[in-house]
Amino acid sequence: MKPADLCKASSAWFGQGRGLFSDVVISSRIRLARNAAGFAFVPCLGADEKQTVLDTFKTALLGIELEGEIFFIDVAQVSPVERELLVERHLITRRQANGQGPRGVIVAYGEAFAAMINEEDHLRMQVLAPGLDLHSCWERINRIDDKIEAQVRYAFDRRYGYMTACPTNLGTGIRVSVMLHLPALKMTGQIEKVLAAARDCDLAVRGLFGEGTEAIGDLFQLSNQVTLGVSEARVVDDFVTRIVPKIAAYELEARKALLAERPQTLDDKIQRALGVLRNACLVSSQEALFLLSNVRLGVNLGRIEKLDLATVNELFMLTQPAHLQLRAGRMLDAEQRDSLRAQILRSRLCVN
Amino acid sequence: MLCQACKEHTATIHLTEIRNGQRAETHLCQECAHQQGLAVKAQIPLNELLSTLLSVQPEAGQDQEKLAAQMEARTCPDCGMTLKRFAKESQLGCPHDYTVFKDQLLPLIERSHNGKSRHCGKVPTHLPKAEKQDIVLRRLKQQLDEAVGQEDYERAARLRDEIKQQQEPTS
Ligand SMILES: [Zn+2]
Ligand SMILES: [Zn+2]
Repeated sequence: MKPADLCKASSAWFGQGRGLFSDVVISSRIRLARNAAGFAFVPCLGADEKQTVLDTFKTALLGIELEGEIFFIDVAQVSPVERELLVERHLITRRQANGQGPRGVIVAYGEAFAAMINEEDHLRMQVLAPGLDLHSCWERINRIDDKIEAQVRYAFDRRYGYMTACPTNLGTGIRVSVMLHLPALKMTGQIEKVLAAARDCDLAVRGLFGEGTEAIGDLFQLSNQVTLGVSEARVVDDFVTRIVPKIAAYELEARKALLAERPQTLDDKIQRALGVLRNACLVSSQEALFLLSNVRLGVNLGRIEKLDLATVNELFMLTQPAHLQLRAGRMLDAEQRDSLRAQILRSRLCVN
Repeated sequence: MLCQACKEHTATIHLTEIRNGQRAETHLCQECAHQQGLAVKAQIPLNELLSTLLSVQPEAGQDQEKLAAQMEARTCPDCGMTLKRFAKESQLGCPHDYTVFKDQLLPLIERSHNGKSRHCGKVPTHLPKAEKQDIVLRRLKQQLDEAVGQEDYERAARLRDEIKQQQEPTS
């Protein structure tokens, strides 16, 4: 597969907009960090050893019966804009994109599975799902992990568990995260309170699509910080039974209150966003995130007709810079990107 | 209710902890809880944590300086990692570093993982049986504490049986 081929559609798993709590939870993700025994960690590996690690895990992963088409992408060899596309689709991290030496990613299950080789650890696998679906994410990644383990001996310590390059990932090496859309909590000024409570529960909170720490478009990613001294099942269960339902309930409550008390404020926000997206000639990526977030809220609350969640979700992904440039087949400057972005948004959001 | 520690201020922090299947309650005022390191749970960036932990406490003059120099000079024989480099990059060079720099890393590990430093999750199948059993027992005991905490005594009884089974020497 050439990464460029991906730019016209969103990831198979992402667009659907289904799944539990899908009006609040955009996606679920579980990542595992693993290292092969007998090798130094990535920061202390020479190019030859990196190649060996890459070949080892590549062979192991390709030997497993992964579902769907399976792709290996040599991250060191593809063009910078293709790397950027992989980052925008959350298939690799920026660290992996900007890394040095032999490194790659294996993608399967319609992009719901990705395994980075030679990122911060030798192997960083992730499974994604729409909505709140962490149990199936864990089941799938655990099974794949078992199959790799049958072929590659992992670095494991009886006290510390799975050994990782950074002590913050030690033990289970598990990072569970959910991406949440919380516009009503933001509008009603309750977001800080909720996020502070999440931080008190040892969760990391960050805005996902934004450049810095500020979440644009009311999207927030919550993930566990503690990976040692807890079981994987426990971390997953905390999200599924405790954390997410509680925050989702707050958000839905806030939406209901807005709808009951300030319906015009709400409609104005939603319809303005839709109006701009349907008519503007230049839209920056930040503005698109911000406006799409409001449109998404409108769709979820039934304030916009003839538009489905899948379309809105897809536009979040397709309007990012590398997606636009690969679609155009050439490098675009900022104004050209904003123009093409506006064109796509107009055509996808217009009323037929 | 008065604080158990100072017996002066009103207790505002009430902890119910379960250890080895036993309930233990602690009632503290803000100040005493703070002193015991219970009230502060702010997230400290790893880098900051590292430099704090790696900085030498100003205690006994010369000896400390010598110690600091030694510490700085210590290098992992397998990969060449030093504490200084780790403090800068937040990444270790090889699994052996956890042994070489144990004194410095252990407090850091405990701080990052809510006081825990022992794995109780998944175990690779290739692990020797005795090592596997240790980890499984740790997990079961944790689950037992949870069950007792939630007053789910049926589950607690089941877990006690499972623990007993695990501890029995298998022939
Ligand atoms: Zn007190
Ligand atoms: Zn080392």
